[in-house]
Amino acid sequence: MRIFAPENDNKISGMKKYILDLKVTEKLNPHSNYVLLKLTDPDGALPEMGPGQFAELRIDGSKTTFLRRPISINKIDYARNELWLLIQFVGDGTRALGNLQVGDYVNCVLPLGNTFTTDLLDVKGLKSTEDISLLLVGGGVGIAPMLYLGAVLKDAGYKPVFLLGARSASDLLELDEFMALGEVFTTTEDASYGEKGFVTQHSILEKRSFDRVYCCGPKPMMQAVARFAATKNIPCEVSLENKMACGVGACLCCVEDTQEGHKCVCSEGPVFLSTDLKW
Amino acid sequence: MADLNINIGDLQLKNPVMTASGTFGYGVEFADFMDISQIGAIIVKGTTRYHREGNAYPRMAETPSGMLNAVGLQNKGVDYFAEHIYPEIKNIQTNMIVNVSGSAIEDYVETAACVNELEKIPAIELNISCPNVKQGGMAFGVSACGAAEVVAAVRKVYHKTLIVKLSPNVTDITEIARAAESAGADSVSLINTLLGMSIDAESRKPLLSTITGGMSGPAVKPIALRMVWQVAKAVKIPVIGLGGIMNGRDAIEFLLAGASAIQIGTANFIDPTICEKVIKEIDEYLIRHRYSSVRDIIGALEV
Repeated sequence: MRIFAPENDNKISGMKKYILDLKVTEKLNPHSNYVLLKLTDPDGALPEMGPGQFAELRIDGSKTTFLRRPISINKIDYARNELWLLIQFVGDGTRALGNLQVGDYVNCVLPLGNTFTTDLLDVKGLKSTEDISLLLVGGGVGIAPMLYLGAVLKDAGYKPVFLLGARSASDLLELDEFMALGEVFTTTEDASYGEKGFVTQHSILEKRSFDRVYCCGPKPMMQAVARFAATKNIPCEVSLENKMACGVGACLCCVEDTQEGHKCVCSEGPVFLSTDLKW
Repeated sequence: MADLNINIGDLQLKNPVMTASGTFGYGVEFADFMDISQIGAIIVKGTTRYHREGNAYPRMAETPSGMLNAVGLQNKGVDYFAEHIYPEIKNIQTNMIVNVSGSAIEDYVETAACVNELEKIPAIELNISCPNVKQGGMAFGVSACGAAEVVAAVRKVYHKTLIVKLSPNVTDITEIARAAESAGADSVSLINTLLGMSIDAESRKPLLSTITGGMSGPAVKPIALRMVWQVAKAVKIPVIGLGGIMNGRDAIEFLLAGASAIQIGTANFIDPTICEKVIKEIDEYLIRHRYSSVRDIIGALEV
C-alpha cells in the first residue's frame, strides 16, 4: 500500500496482502477464556508476514456479528506451513471463532498492519546484535504478537527477554513457547507465580538496562510501560487494538490520535512508538 | 458477456458498479486484492477545502447486519489532494471521482473549482448529506432550498459531471432530488447513511464519541431501495443507488428500481474483492434473463 503522507516515516509494511481460506489443523483451549487455533493453507505456502501484523477473520453463521475480527499473528512455522492465532473471548465474534473445529475453514485477510522494528543495527548508536538488550512485555492477549516478535528477533541473532504479566498463574499462557526463545520473567497480581504485582513492578526493570522495549496488552499496562521507558530514555514500541471496519486504511474508523494527527491503527499501526502517541 | 456500459451524463462507465466514498480509500488500498481498474468508477474519500482531523475515536460500532460510523470527513484538504494524492491516482485506468464536502457554500465552491482543474477527474459527487459534521453537511441536504443553493453555486464553477449525494434523513427525499436536478445536477446518488445510535449497556455509555452516527450495511437496503424507486420516478436525471448492496442480486434490485448505476460501500469491508464479484453476477443475471445490455433493466420493475 502506498502512503501519501511524505512526512510519515513509520514502518509501513511492504508485504502483499491476501485473502485465504485457512484450515484449522489443531484447536487448543489453554484457558477458559481463550482458544489457540493452528491453521494451514492447504492450497499453498503461507505468505510472508511480519511481527506485529494481524489477520482479519470472517465470522460465518453469526446472527449478531457483521464485520471481521482482527487477530494478531501469534506464531508462524513456515516449514510446517502453520499459522497460530491466540484468541481471547471478548464478544460474540471471538466466541464464534472459539466454536471452530479441526477441519473447519476460516477466511482471513492477511497480513495487515505495520511491524515492530526488528532491524536494529540501523538504529543510531547500536552495534552488533550481541550488544543489544531487548525487552518484550506482554499482558492478556497482548502476549500473542510478543511470541512472534520474539521468534523473529531470536532468528535475527538477538536475545529477547520476555516480561509477562497476568492476574494469576493460570492466566499466564504459552510459557513454554516463550521459554524456548529466551529468558522469561513473570508477574502475577496474586503472587501465585513469579513476582507479585504488575509488570512495571518487576525487579528485572531495575536490575538490567534495556536498549528497546516492545509492549502489547491492556492499555493501562502499555501506558505504564511507556512511562517507565520514558524515565529510562529508551524507545518503546506499543501495539494498539482499536475497533476496525475495513482493516486496510480506507475507512478511517480505527484512528488513534498521534503527534501527527489521527492515524489508522490498521495500516499506519498497530505498532507505534509510544512517544508518537498522545499518551 | 452482456453489455455493461452505462452513462451518467457525460460520464462513461464500463459497468454500473462504483465504490462508495469513504469505503474504498483512494482505490490503491485494495490493489493487492483485485484489479481496481475493472470497477466502473471509484469515488474517493470526502475532500474538503481545508484539512479536517475528523471526530475523536471511537468512530465505529457494529450493528446487526450493519455498522455505524462517525468518521467526520477526516482528510488533508483539497490542496493536499491535488498536490500529493491526485498524481498517484490519476493514471488508474477507470473513472476516479472526487467526493466534495464542506460546511459553508464557499467551501464547496472553492473545493469544486479546484477539482475542476484536475484533468483526469471526470466527475465530483457533492456530499450535502453527511450526518457527521457539525455545521453544513446535513444542513444543506435536509431542505430543498439548501440543496438547490449549494448545487447552483457549485454548478457555476464545476463544468464536468456533477453528482449530488442525498441524505435519507429527511421527510421527502424526492423533494431534495428535484431541487438538485433543477439547480443543475447531472445525477443524484442515494442514500447516504441513516442517522443512528449505539449504546454499551455495561458501561452505560454511547459507543460512538459523537453519540450518533451514520448507519450502513445490509440492514438499510429496504429503505435505500424504496428511496431510489421514489426518486427515480421524480427526476429525469440518472439515479445512482447505494445502501446495503452485498452482491449482484442486490445490485440488480436497485437497477430494477430505477438506478442507472450502483455503489458498493460497507460490503468492501467484509470482502475486498466484492466489486469484482458483483460485476460478474450482474453479467450472469443479464445473460440468464436474456438481456443484451444492462440498460434494458434500468427501471424495469414491473408494478
